[in-house]
Amino acid sequence: MIADVIVSNLPAFLVAVPLLAAFLCPLVGRISPNIRAAWVFAAMALTAAIAYCLAYLVYTGGTVIYVFGATAADLSIPLDSGGIPIRIMFTVDPMSALMEIIAVTVGLGVIIYSLSSDERRSGLENYYTIFLLLISAVLGMVSTGDIFNFFVFLEISSLATAGLVAYRVEKGLAVEAGLKYLMVSTIAGIFFLFAIGILYGQYNALNMAIIAERIQWTPLDKIALVLIVASLAAKCGSVPMHFWTPDAYMMAPAAVTAMLVVASQASLYGLFRFVFTVYGVSLNYVTMGWVVIILGILSMVVGVTMAIPQKDIKRLMAYHAVSQTGYMLLGVGVGLAVLGDQFLLNSYGYTAMEGGIFHIMNHALYKGLLFLTAGAIIYRIGTGDLNRMGGLGHKMKFTMVFFIIGALAIAGIPPFNGFASKFLIYESVYQFNPILAVIAMVVSILTLASFVKVFHAVFMGPPREEHAQVREVPLPMLGAMAFLAILVIVSGLFPGIFVTNLIEPAVHALTDQAGYMTIVLGGG
Amino acid sequence: MLWNLPYIVVVLLAIIGLATILLKRNLIKIFLGVSILTSAVNLFIIVLGYRENSIAPIYTYAPSLNMALPTPQALCLTSIVIGVATSALMLSFAVIIHRYYGTVNVDEIRELKE
Amino acid sequence: MGLLSSLYTGSGYWNPLAWVLAMAVAAAVVYLIWRRGESSYKKGTMQTTPFISGNAEQGKGLDHIPASNLYWGYTEGIKGYYDRIVPLHTGITTDYLLWIFWVTGILLIVVMVI
Repeated sequence: MIADVIVSNLPAFLVAVPLLAAFLCPLVGRISPNIRAAWVFAAMALTAAIAYCLAYLVYTGGTVIYVFGATAADLSIPLDSGGIPIRIMFTVDPMSALMEIIAVTVGLGVIIYSLSSDERRSGLENYYTIFLLLISAVLGMVSTGDIFNFFVFLEISSLATAGLVAYRVEKGLAVEAGLKYLMVSTIAGIFFLFAIGILYGQYNALNMAIIAERIQWTPLDKIALVLIVASLAAKCGSVPMHFWTPDAYMMAPAAVTAMLVVASQASLYGLFRFVFTVYGVSLNYVTMGWVVIILGILSMVVGVTMAIPQKDIKRLMAYHAVSQTGYMLLGVGVGLAVLGDQFLLNSYGYTAMEGGIFHIMNHALYKGLLFLTAGAIIYRIGTGDLNRMGGLGHKMKFTMVFFIIGALAIAGIPPFNGFASKFLIYESVYQFNPILAVIAMVVSILTLASFVKVFHAVFMGPPREEHAQVREVPLPMLGAMAFLAILVIVSGLFPGIFVTNLIEPAVHALTDQAGYMTIVLGGG
Repeated sequence: MLWNLPYIVVVLLAIIGLATILLKRNLIKIFLGVSILTSAVNLFIIVLGYRENSIAPIYTYAPSLNMALPTPQALCLTSIVIGVATSALMLSFAVIIHRYYGTVNVDEIRELKE
Repeated sequence: MGLLSSLYTGSGYWNPLAWVLAMAVAAAVVYLIWRRGESSYKKGTMQTTPFISGNAEQGKGLDHIPASNLYWGYTEGIKGYYDRIVPLHTGITTDYLLWIFWVTGILLIVVMVI
């Protein structure tokens, strides 16, 4: 009985549990810090369990619809509304379920890490409150089926992230990074709200499925699409709007940076959701596909070339995050460019999109791992300056092993998961246009070069006398890094399972606009 | 032409907001520009809900059933609240930056570059 | 069989377990060749010092190249590219916003015209 109630309301619990836990966190923290740590971990573990259950339901039973405030959870069209869905609803299709799985897996590792790495800081009750709020916002952003609800969750995640980036004030540097992130996010949010206004004014609806049904390619729709693409591309850090990425990723605490990567991927998910599901084949997919491909190529090239001369370890990794976002944009852009042509879609379009979306999952895992290792190094050394490090491989052996796993994964070396998704992208993009695949491979080589630089500068060489008392990092941090490293290795050794069971349903759900509309409008 | 006046005001406010953001060098003035831009978009959303000769969307003692749409009003309220939270956070960041850097000039707050 | 399946693209496949097996076989061959090497050597003579093209070994820690000097040849080689891209990364906040407006403008022209 209770299990039925819980299972039928799972999407609501997904957002409600971290939200409630976030706002009760300062009260619980009054008792003792250890109780608060246990509370935070329990909330995150419960959210992860809810997300895995919901993902299992979606992958085995089809899209799950949850309407807020209706008599039955899947009554999307009220009986007296004349055939239009009027309530806010969560539409969890396989693509949303995949993003939820990524968000809670990385979030679980990051919370375990953060409980140990930040325990000696002040102001921790605010930190965990905002952290759980960020997790709730990201989960809401990827599950919703309503465009204004997406905007609200987008703004919540922007504010929460800005607060977390500026958490360690560090003589004003982190606050400057937080201010830059907040300004970019606010302007992007304003553009996005303008686009929502245009779409609402034309079609008198806020539900994604109804807009997908009614949309025509009028000039106002073109303006709305441009505003949506520009604002969400700015939020996910694609060149030439990437300037906030190195500043914010560098100054945030390491655990927050790993979660920031997931929040940027959620904005990327929003971009794909709007382009594929709301607009679908009504837009000029060749032009928009090439726009996304150009954004991807620019991000890849500028990201990796700016990363090589960097002197700060987290700033270098942030530029690589920009570069890897380019791979995802390239893969999905190729899929978008052939969206109307079913033959080309079957021959390489779906493969390119699978590569791009598999890369989202892999990137969240290995980038999170790399940022956590960088955080471990900074935890012991006190600075992130590469020139002051050297010879840490003698003492921090486990961190070195995890760094090697992350660096080989990001460079696309077999048998790790970076190679699997890059292989999908190379093979399919080559059939679309060979030059793009060549550029992608060159960027991969430069990525390897830059991580060899970091590895040599940090871990190789004789130990320096100022780092004489450096030991290995505490066990929770090692445990979180090991968790992500094991996931990197497993998804690298068995990519076929992940692709056929997780990624393919997500890609087919994303490109199938008619199926989305039928499930929301026709069935309920 | 007269019916398009609210949209013209929206465009004017947006241009003023954009110009303030891009041309002013003081951080507080840039925040004011962001606030003006937010107001422009909020006004745009409210204007979308107007119907000719309509009354407020309240059913009690309603003289007619031709009502302005209530949904844009709800969207605008939500957006105003988000704008308040954003302004509060941005201003508190400006206070802390002034404490450490000694200035609120955008050209001089560039410790993190390239 | 699902656990051992390969990853199929439209034009090829990738099986990491086969790769690991191939690497294990290669490692076994390498180990067999290594075992046939010379196992007797004298410590402390020239047989154990590193070979730096006949030059003398410098003191401990002096031949660890710091991070800023790695890849000097690469950064010098494409200095023209870097001299144009790096100054674009000013730290000024309003420049970041200016880029968003530029991209929106260019995308508007591209999408409306093409």
